[in-house]
Amino acid sequence: MNPILEVKGLTRIHGTECPACLDLTGPEHDTNLCPACGSIVAAANVSFSLQPGEILGIMGESGSGKSTVVKTLYFDQAPSRGSAVFRDSDHKQELFSLNSAEQRWLRNHRFGMVYQNPNLGLNFGISAGGNIAERLLMNDLNHYGDIRRRAGELLTRTDVMVSRMDESPKQFSGGMQQRVQIAKALATRPPLLLLDEVTTGLDLSVQARILDLILEIQHELGTAMIVVTHDLGVIRLLASRTLVMKYGRVIESGLTDQILEDPQHAYTQQLVASTL
Amino acid sequence: MTHLPDTAILEVNGLAKQFNLHAQGEVVPSCSGVNLAAYPGQLAALTGPTGAGKSSVLKCIYRTYLPGSGTLNFRTADGRVMDLARISEQDMLRLRRSDIGFVTQFLHCVPRRPAEEVVAEPLILRDVEAGEALAQARTLLARLNVPERLWRLPPATFSGGEKQRVNLARGLIAKPRLLLLDEPTASLDKATTGRVIELLQEFKRAGVAMIAIFHDPDLVAALADAEHRLAPPQPLTRKTSALETQ
Amino acid sequence: MNPNYRLPGNDEGYGFGFLDEFAKREIRRVILKAISIPGYQTPYASREMPMGRGFGTGGLQLTLSMIGPEDTLKVIDQGSDDSVNAVNLRKFAELTCPNVATTEHTAEASLIQTRHRVPETALREDQVLNFQVPYPDPLVIVEPSEAKRKIMHGEGDYARLLTKLYEDLVKFDEITISHRYPTRINGHYVIDPSPIPRYDVPKLHQSRALLLFGAGREKKIYAVPPYTDAEPLVFDDVPFRTEDFCTADGQRRACARCGTTDSFLDELNLEDGSKAWQCSDNDYCNHQLARADAGEVTQ
Repeated sequence: MNPILEVKGLTRIHGTECPACLDLTGPEHDTNLCPACGSIVAAANVSFSLQPGEILGIMGESGSGKSTVVKTLYFDQAPSRGSAVFRDSDHKQELFSLNSAEQRWLRNHRFGMVYQNPNLGLNFGISAGGNIAERLLMNDLNHYGDIRRRAGELLTRTDVMVSRMDESPKQFSGGMQQRVQIAKALATRPPLLLLDEVTTGLDLSVQARILDLILEIQHELGTAMIVVTHDLGVIRLLASRTLVMKYGRVIESGLTDQILEDPQHAYTQQLVASTL
Repeated sequence: MTHLPDTAILEVNGLAKQFNLHAQGEVVPSCSGVNLAAYPGQLAALTGPTGAGKSSVLKCIYRTYLPGSGTLNFRTADGRVMDLARISEQDMLRLRRSDIGFVTQFLHCVPRRPAEEVVAEPLILRDVEAGEALAQARTLLARLNVPERLWRLPPATFSGGEKQRVNLARGLIAKPRLLLLDEPTASLDKATTGRVIELLQEFKRAGVAMIAIFHDPDLVAALADAEHRLAPPQPLTRKTSALETQ
Repeated sequence: MNPNYRLPGNDEGYGFGFLDEFAKREIRRVILKAISIPGYQTPYASREMPMGRGFGTGGLQLTLSMIGPEDTLKVIDQGSDDSVNAVNLRKFAELTCPNVATTEHTAEASLIQTRHRVPETALREDQVLNFQVPYPDPLVIVEPSEAKRKIMHGEGDYARLLTKLYEDLVKFDEITISHRYPTRINGHYVIDPSPIPRYDVPKLHQSRALLLFGAGREKKIYAVPPYTDAEPLVFDDVPFRTEDFCTADGQRRACARCGTTDSFLDELNLEDGSKAWQCSDNDYCNHQLARADAGEVTQ
């Protein structure tokens, strides 16, 4: 089966970049910052593939570049180099060579993204239902009654009380805001869903509910997902395969149970040993 | 070139595994010089003293551990032979879903889900209809003496023995072509152990190949068609890295 | 203004139509571009005029760029030829365009400049209607950045505008936009049709006359060419409603002056505290009154 997403050599450097950047940064040098030119190597030569319906975990600590990877895939940032081939039914597209209108189309129709900070994923100036309506309207649904019904269904599915759908998400708890984000991301039934630290900072019981929800949705809809997190527990629960990143590089990748029980790289061993 | 005796489903040759603990600067051998074969309808027992690496062998087959050296030639349902140590992660995941089952020593499962769903899951992953999968799960749980009042509860609060029965049920329900069992009856009473023996004998008749670790020599006597006695691993003097996979 | 002032017609003075010929040429070229791309807000070099922004400088520049000695000009403000603004603009045109005829009769005009209303009398193919526009961009209520709005227009991405309509329906059970109702032109660009009432929006659709929109302060010109689709934004299940001027019993009100029941009515508060309703378009009202007096219309 062909992968739904194939990323090769994804690199993102902030700054002027010099020929020494890649050689002088990374886990062996314990830094992202190039000592020669002062550029920051946020991600370097990241490659991986994702099968339809699979959940891939990307694990790392701050500065590892894990968020950079999903941000470039969602077109929030442009990479410095690299390619990402997205396969949608029979149609193949190299994401970074599309023009901005094509990228925006994919973003609105075929990808979903849930941010750690709900301010990035939701419009707090409109109601929770309105947030979902906006995404449905982008997808050419133009029937008020249908939009309302579908928004209600999505909110119910993500355990948000439909009676609150006309309130602004400003008034919701953190966990509920994340669930509205998930509902909004799923409104278009995207084949690819990106989740960037979606439960970080939430109470444990709230985290558990949201992670369970994500698993259920994945079972129901067969959505391929990339889950970015620094939490081993989230990785263990959700991801069948995992990449471990440090200072912008992928230092290890493998089946999740293997990464957790037989970590190869020194840093991975350190991470796995660090569970409380 | 991958090669397998005509009837075997798996042949392990020269398997060795060690752990490179970077922080401690130590190399810990886990198993070495392991050779064995598994045949459909037969149970191969792994025996040997503690520390000989019996669990490691199973984990290397399942790729919870990355084998250090050796080959693990496996025959798929359509007759192709592949070295489990070298196939891609995607292929390994596929084999785990359809061909290879593993009853581990401890229950690892998704928390907060009822026992019957945990047991039904391998069937659902094989596209069995949900209602049918649940029905089979309940039948199997009953057969393993799990009281009905526990079926709709999450196993987190079960006793060790109850957890192990759920674990067994989940490992057995989908009748994989190759079944790995790591101390499957360790926490079970005699009556339930008897039921497990019956089940495994049925599996043999159904053509399932099995590799098992039993702590009880009577079980080995009752079920094993072949016994592989593992010796403690040879300490290695240099670090070897795990084989690269595709 | 000194009524004895004569416009110097020589090389040092103002030319015909106040604007220099370069200005007129630029505006006419922009008009052509706007007609070629129906509904697209075409930027232009809006000149300083002898009245402040907000008093119709955009509409005026359109008129002065197009007007010739054979034209007949009508200027209305809220349907009326008599309001202060309409009178001032008409006098300015009379001053700067010697020998140009002006009229209050819609049917006699070749050029009509309007603020906030479309004449009731149906227009013809040989007429042009110039709208005075305060804010050309309907997206300004959902997106403050002009750069982003341009991209949204370019991609036909009006989801956020439609979301605002959705929110209105949720809160108030109807869309609360009364004037400046966003309207989609030729299937792509959504325009702000200037503060005309909903009642007038259907007149934009497949109009026989050319409709031009000029925003002086915002420096944009856009067009709805003749026989072009102009569709107000609605949902499939929520049709577009216009003012119905019905009493509580469902009776369509009539103009107190001429008796017609098919025009947009202004609501007037009389001295004794009661209300009266009267045609907003005074030329139309005069015509209906004349017909009624001649016995052609039963009241």
